[in-house]
Amino acid sequence: MSIWDRLFGSRNQTSSAVAKERLQLVLVHDRVKLSPELIEQLKTEIIAVISKHVQIDEQNMEIEFTNGKGFQKLRADIPILGSRDGATTRRVR
Amino acid sequence: MSNGSAPAPTNGAKPATVNGRVITITSGKGGVGKTTTTANIGVALALQGKRVCCIDADIGLRNLDVVMGLENRIVYDIVDIVEGRARLRQAMIKDKRLPELYLIPAAQTRDKSAVSPEQMQSLCADLKKDMDFVLVDSPAGIEQGFKNAIAGADEVLIVTTPEVSAVRDADRIIGLCEAAEKGVPRLIINRIRPSMVRRGDMLSVEDVLEILAIDLVGIVPDDEAIIVTTNRGAPAAMDAHSQAGQAYRNIAARLTGHEVPLMVLKENDGFFQRIGRLFKQ
Repeated sequence: MSIWDRLFGSRNQTSSAVAKERLQLVLVHDRVKLSPELIEQLKTEIIAVISKHVQIDEQNMEIEFTNGKGFQKLRADIPILGSRDGATTRRVR
Repeated sequence: MSNGSAPAPTNGAKPATVNGRVITITSGKGGVGKTTTTANIGVALALQGKRVCCIDADIGLRNLDVVMGLENRIVYDIVDIVEGRARLRQAMIKDKRLPELYLIPAAQTRDKSAVSPEQMQSLCADLKKDMDFVLVDSPAGIEQGFKNAIAGADEVLIVTTPEVSAVRDADRIIGLCEAAEKGVPRLIINRIRPSMVRRGDMLSVEDVLEILAIDLVGIVPDDEAIIVTTNRGAPAAMDAHSQAGQAYRNIAARLTGHEVPLMVLKENDGFFQRIGRLFKQ
């Protein structure tokens, strides 16, 4: 971090903050032993199960691993378009 | 097993009939300072009057002998012991500078498969009958050599540096130690450069601890004295003036149940030091 950045503040993070963030992310994946391919597979299977009952917006669906406080969590954000027989549009998590 | 900052003398694993403790020093990643750490903790414990035997478990890439300065005295090695060509005592090289410090060197011309985890276990079990501490210097990696190195361990110490790759590998090794039922290892953070940490260009001790979430046994500064003392084959822990040497003596003290505060690392490339160096040139 240069003197300039320190005097006037910088939008750039320090390299140690970047390192910490990258580490935390990579460890989430290492610890649960799930590769990106496996997550993709998980996603397809989740879609299949949920689609049996409700209509979902597959394009805008997101599944990711994040860090909770002392644990890892799988976060799925699945927009629902409506029930199988076509009703309201509502976003639930 | 993690019991706050004060390390208990025998940290959980195996009390009962034995009095010595087998401690394996490992890291996953290579080049983070396992061998230097093993040699220095060995020396520092011996300075306390403990009976210490260091084992080089890095078969094929022997190095603990040169770091300890004992390379000219090797007659037998660890493979000679397990294959019955030498008795245990014959293969133990005594460091004459200290009252009770020994080295069992690795074989240089064999590979990891020359020793099995069972053989390693029985070697450690024999040694701790006569020693207060048996320190096993593990090879890098997570394969056979690592498995051999932790086979006889009562405790594991993990060495890491404040770098993404080293911390990531340390995390992996922690998982493997737990899977091998060696308890939760404790951590040594090596090669810290306080001025870089202050600038925000190096992970801090707190960052690393937050990520790995295990107990710390010590921090070691990045100190030129390590290279100089390794050049001479006289580990820094023997040198009363080096900061890293003091850090290793502190770690040894914590291993023997003393409560020693973490050392405050001196910045050796601060403003005045830089000005000073300018004038020296």
